[in-house]
Amino acid sequence: MALRLMKQAALAAVLGLGLAGGAMAAEGEVHLPDTKFSFEGVFGTYNRGELQRGFQIYKEVCSACHSMHLLSYRNLRDIGLNADEVAGVAASVQIQDGPNDNGEMFERPGRASDRFRSPFANAASARAANNGALPPDLSVITKARAGGADYIHALLVGYEEPPAGVTVMEGMHYNKYFAGHQIAMAPPLTQDGQLTFADGTNATVDRMAHDVSAFLTWAAEPELESRRAMGVRVILFLAILGGITYAVKRKIWADVH
Amino acid sequence: MAGLHNSEFSNPVVRWIDQRMPVFTMMQKEYGTFPTPRNFNYFWNFGALAMINLMIMIATGIFLAMNYTAHTSLAFDSVERIMRDVNYGWLIRYVHMNGASMFFIVVLVHIWRGMYYGSYKAPRELLWILGVTIYLLMMATAFMGYVLPWGQMSFWGATVITNLFSAIPLVGNSIVTLLWGGFSVDNPTLNRFFSLHYLLPFVITGVVFLHVAALHITGSNNPLGIEPKGPQDTLPFHPYYTSKDSVGIVVYLIVFAALVFFVPNYLGHPDNYIPANPLSTPAHIVPEWYFLPFYAILRAVPDKLMGVLAMFGSIAILFVLPWLDNSPVRSMRFRPIARWLFLLWTVNFFVLMWAGGKPAEGTYVLIARLSTAYYFAYFLVILPLLGRVERPLPLPESISRPVLRGGGPLPAGAMAKPMEKA
Amino acid sequence: MADTLAPSSSPHGTGDQHPPADGTKRDFLKLVAGSFAAVGVGAIVWPFIASMNPAKDVLALASTDVDITHVAEGQAVTVMWRGKPVFVRHRTAKEIEEAKAVNVSELRDPQTDQARVQREPWLVVVGICTHLGCVPLGQKPTDPRGEFGGWFCPCHGSAYDTAGRIRRGPAPLNLAVPEYAFRSDTQIRIG
Repeated sequence: MALRLMKQAALAAVLGLGLAGGAMAAEGEVHLPDTKFSFEGVFGTYNRGELQRGFQIYKEVCSACHSMHLLSYRNLRDIGLNADEVAGVAASVQIQDGPNDNGEMFERPGRASDRFRSPFANAASARAANNGALPPDLSVITKARAGGADYIHALLVGYEEPPAGVTVMEGMHYNKYFAGHQIAMAPPLTQDGQLTFADGTNATVDRMAHDVSAFLTWAAEPELESRRAMGVRVILFLAILGGITYAVKRKIWADVH
Repeated sequence: MAGLHNSEFSNPVVRWIDQRMPVFTMMQKEYGTFPTPRNFNYFWNFGALAMINLMIMIATGIFLAMNYTAHTSLAFDSVERIMRDVNYGWLIRYVHMNGASMFFIVVLVHIWRGMYYGSYKAPRELLWILGVTIYLLMMATAFMGYVLPWGQMSFWGATVITNLFSAIPLVGNSIVTLLWGGFSVDNPTLNRFFSLHYLLPFVITGVVFLHVAALHITGSNNPLGIEPKGPQDTLPFHPYYTSKDSVGIVVYLIVFAALVFFVPNYLGHPDNYIPANPLSTPAHIVPEWYFLPFYAILRAVPDKLMGVLAMFGSIAILFVLPWLDNSPVRSMRFRPIARWLFLLWTVNFFVLMWAGGKPAEGTYVLIARLSTAYYFAYFLVILPLLGRVERPLPLPESISRPVLRGGGPLPAGAMAKPMEKA
Repeated sequence: MADTLAPSSSPHGTGDQHPPADGTKRDFLKLVAGSFAAVGVGAIVWPFIASMNPAKDVLALASTDVDITHVAEGQAVTVMWRGKPVFVRHRTAKEIEEAKAVNVSELRDPQTDQARVQREPWLVVVGICTHLGCVPLGQKPTDPRGEFGGWFCPCHGSAYDTAGRIRRGPAPLNLAVPEYAFRSDTQIRIG
């Protein structure tokens, strides 16, 4: 009796959640191409080579306009840079510090403990330099956009000529995947070989878009690998505990049933 | 010695405490030997799960508060600091975030059980009312908690919902200003929400205590909806239901773990990872999933004040359910018509949830209105009518009769009124 | 109404009336279940406690670099390290002599001068009095340095010498020497 009820209730729930689940999907947007990333799936992990190349792209292309102020240089140890390399990356930028004993702010080379340097002092100056548009901070961008890394990748390769009849406004660019199709950012990855990867990988536009999307995913979710590993251990433990607990329950209830 | 409790424990330390404050005797009585109907199904686990969930939320919340800063310029970054720098911070945060969803899942199933099996009927009306109070407090707590990370949805959800109070005639705008502590949702609002968000879970704990106390006066309902007639119908809570609840807890933890460790942001909204911007409204402001049905009801009514009244009314109506449903039969197992209409109401609840997540345009509006109509019709029209019109199925004589093979001799008077205690 | 039900007098009670074989099997199962649950509880409690340990950003600031280029002989600087003041003094020859001349066995907290410095002219000590935590005076040229030429704590009169060792007053121990290293002739890294 209870089983039948549970089945009916479960059916109602599945029906309802199935409808509700549809609510989660993106509304009225072009279907995102599904890019294969190494970190997809329950057991996916990051590819450190991709992350390092992605960081190189961020540093050489994106950081001109986009801040990532939630990351510190010391975090780069996680993508495979050693302590000296991290110190080198940090020292290559000037960080504002102070006030000194004279009450003045000054600049000094970066340290591993510093946050990533922002290209603009504040939002207003960022807008002033970008025709009024604010380049968003990229620290959690893959969590802040439906579609995550797939969306970022699609966006970066999605610049194309506007279809017939569509007028692109002054200073905007047509992008197939951006909401409203007109984005203020000029295509940042324009040609193959735009930069030379340190590890020698061929820097096609698609490769660059892929790697920087992977890097941005890591930046948003540095704990991903340990989170999933812990999840496997926890669920395995609970499954065993569940089996044991159920056996105990059956034993205790044996004289009742 | 004067006034000491007559403790039956042999351990000297336990006995000393128990004589002066009989907590151990109380625990033994309420959770040890307490006679519980023997025929519970797994739907009866969900009250215990809710209590566990409350404890998890309080524990994770307290540790999050050790690192969170409730200031508009620091809140978002402080949450990210927790995620990145605090040891296991990401775990505590994701448990708290998904724990809110788990709390509502568990409580909704718990309420559903109450509605299906007539647990709200006499003599458990006050138990039910206390439960609806807990549900309301949970919603207030969750609403304020969602504002704390100060993302786009935090800010705009707070703006939309606090603005609702301006619909109240005459004093509406003053109330909104009072809630905000300013002229819009801003730092004073965030600070007070943090304070109240920390407070309310302890108020909930108090009401939960009253809820369990009320339960222990009337005793639990059961799937048959008929009262236990004697000890043959019950089992001591320990070890039978402690062991059964343990199974439920492990299954619940597995579901919880799957969310936290593998899809921690599935039930959330990406826009809340964008720092709050008072100058930029998101394309679609959506509350968290557990508010969606009520959001749908709010938007279904074209008039602002009536929409607000309908939304609050949809919860308020639960308070009077014991008096709207006047069927003498508790469990819908024996109410063939009511059962289907209630299952339809359940599906309808999910339809409302789905509609609440859609933009208020086109066909979605019609669907939301029809669903809202059925939501209220079920309580105001169907249940009162069925109470008089429906012919229930025959009730079994007692709990143990259908369960025990061969049964035992019935205590005298068992047949006459199966719904009441001997 | 619940009082009319007798507690636990069901003939099927708690099930302990079964023969021992079943009982021990059940007890073993309960033991296994209990141990697993205990491990689970421990695994749950640990992250909460660990979260209270210093976070990664706090640990990253565990080191402070001091530029000693402009600290002339006889001068001293105070730097913040892990929230505490650290005295870096460029000692004069006289101060070094005085420090080395002390009879170590007479000290409350016996330590040789060599044991407290890596390079004789540079003394690096945590500027917190080991009595009850005040910051001793002696860094500024105008500060009193106490009887022994080092530092003087105004709170209860502890006097430290030119190696930062306690000589008089209630403090039990010498000023603490933190972990530090010369990154170069002009830079000390503390911590």
